[in-house]
Amino acid sequence: MFADILITSLINGSTYALLAIGFSLIFGVARIVNIAHTAFYMVAAFCIFFVTHHLEFHPIVGMLVGVPLVTLLGMVTYRIFIAPIREHEAAVLIGTIALGIALQEVMLLIFSGDYRSVPPLVQGFFTIIGVKVFYQQLITFIAALVILGALRLLLMKTRLGLAIRSTAQDREVANLMGMNESRVALYTVGISIALAGFTGAVIVPLTIVEPLMWLHPLIMMMAVVVLGGLGSIKGSFFAAYILGFAEAAVVFMIPMGAFLKGSVALSIMVLVLLIRPEGLFGIAFEEER
Amino acid sequence: MDLIRYYFRKFFTLIKTEVFVLPSRMIVLVFFLTLLALPLITDDPYLLRILILSSIFAIFAASWDLLSGFTGQMNFGHALFFGVGAYGAALLNLHLDLPPWGSIPLGALAAVLAGLIIGIPCLRLRGTYLALTTLSFPLILIGVVFAIPEFTGGELGISGIDRIVRSRVAQYYIAVSVMVVLVVIMWKITDSNMGIIFHAIREDEVAVRASGINTTRYKLMAFCLSGFFAGVAGGLYAHFMRIAGPSTLEVSMSFQVVIWAVFGGVVTIWGPVGAVFILFPLLEFFRFWPEFRMLLFAIVIMLILLFMPQGLLPWIRDKIENECPRCKIRNAATRKSCRICAAEIH
Repeated sequence: MFADILITSLINGSTYALLAIGFSLIFGVARIVNIAHTAFYMVAAFCIFFVTHHLEFHPIVGMLVGVPLVTLLGMVTYRIFIAPIREHEAAVLIGTIALGIALQEVMLLIFSGDYRSVPPLVQGFFTIIGVKVFYQQLITFIAALVILGALRLLLMKTRLGLAIRSTAQDREVANLMGMNESRVALYTVGISIALAGFTGAVIVPLTIVEPLMWLHPLIMMMAVVVLGGLGSIKGSFFAAYILGFAEAAVVFMIPMGAFLKGSVALSIMVLVLLIRPEGLFGIAFEEER
Repeated sequence: MDLIRYYFRKFFTLIKTEVFVLPSRMIVLVFFLTLLALPLITDDPYLLRILILSSIFAIFAASWDLLSGFTGQMNFGHALFFGVGAYGAALLNLHLDLPPWGSIPLGALAAVLAGLIIGIPCLRLRGTYLALTTLSFPLILIGVVFAIPEFTGGELGISGIDRIVRSRVAQYYIAVSVMVVLVVIMWKITDSNMGIIFHAIREDEVAVRASGINTTRYKLMAFCLSGFFAGVAGGLYAHFMRIAGPSTLEVSMSFQVVIWAVFGGVVTIWGPVGAVFILFPLLEFFRFWPEFRMLLFAIVIMLILLFMPQGLLPWIRDKIENECPRCKIRNAATRKSCRICAAEIH
């Protein structure tokens, strides 16, 4: 059972880490609380489902098509709907909620609310010390780690990464140093939505695809972001695995655990916040005004 | 007799000088009179049902505005209060046989308790942290509800709760009058000394603390007050629908109230109330295209926000009224000079 918990928590943790880092990026650079973030993950999953089932290509083709498409969709909706109201915090909040609902409803209209699935990239499994590990689980986990590594390289080694990090630190000064703030924000939105798309792509063979699949990851993603400390990528990474592990442990060890998995993970978050209000790796700002 | 005549005259002068001079106040007056007189014209149960639910959700939305609009404590889990109020009233009614007039206030007190419990950890958080943390509380509770189905009814909820009264028209009058009374109380609270402190906390908490005001106490107070009003709304909802289910605690309920309040304009109390009476019937109207219902709803909200990010009702008010540049008193947009200080208005 312990091995089951470990596998599930690693997979879920990777999903949450990818989602939470994308969410943190947008929040850090553009100060947008993007509730629709996981809705893009859902759209990516549906794109891949469409390509594999209706056009009958290999899932890998679906992933290659789906992720850029979702990224484009994200950037266009950002330009049209979110960028003009960016200065009004509350308006952005419900704008993104409405965007998420709209995406969900469009998917519901096109694909109906049936539960669907996408075949795994590689069939079969192998056993280590008596535990079945599907190849797809391994692929998902490794892909998630590779994407996270690539993101770290992008943020730390490239000029765009430097611009993103400095804009996140201080928007005005970054602007004064000659970085086009609104363009950096647009690129960040692109990267962030692409991360959500990748998450959808790597997780889609393991989950059920349906229009409401974005709600649970949304909650967990927010819990991860708060627990790890807003804007801290390292924090999001560790918090994602902590909460993923808590969720998996509750599901496997407690009867009725499937109902309580969200509650326990969120309670852990609240308890940590009671001791450290800025999250595990967040930096406490002195009374930001 | 003379005294009554005196009060009557005073009342009419008040209406003439304070209400009829401003179109927004006229609209509010006409709105309430229509609400009260509507059952005389029609007793279509479907229409009354929509308006009863709108009244209940109007209390709910206004209570969110009291906490998150005025005090600036972004609460994304407002459904917690609603759900605790609903479940509290339902359990008290079912197990202790309390009639609705007892179970609703007691359910609301349970919601106040919930406000205290979540208020204390949330005091140390601010802004986005607070919003994301509060989001989790109703979900924690929903997990508990699902885990002990013998007591809470699990997924199906608690059904078989007493009606408040049998007839639909009487239910309508109870819902509307409770709504009017509670909204006026909330409006008065925000107008009072406490409301000014709430507003100041939103603007600059450090400055409020520097002026010797215990902001912790006021923030907890805001959580409790808001919890009370939302709890009353929840109890009314449970007794009207005769079921208290997990849908009262769902994320969509928390988001719904934020949508209503921001759409109507925050920091006003009347904004959210008006927004509920516009959006809730609108959503019912969209049921003619059931597949497109939520999509149209979301698109309407996005478009309106794109053009009026402050909210719909403040935008309308700014169109039909303007502020005197000298004495800051509001005037109808048709006036050339201020009604108080006679300064020129352009």
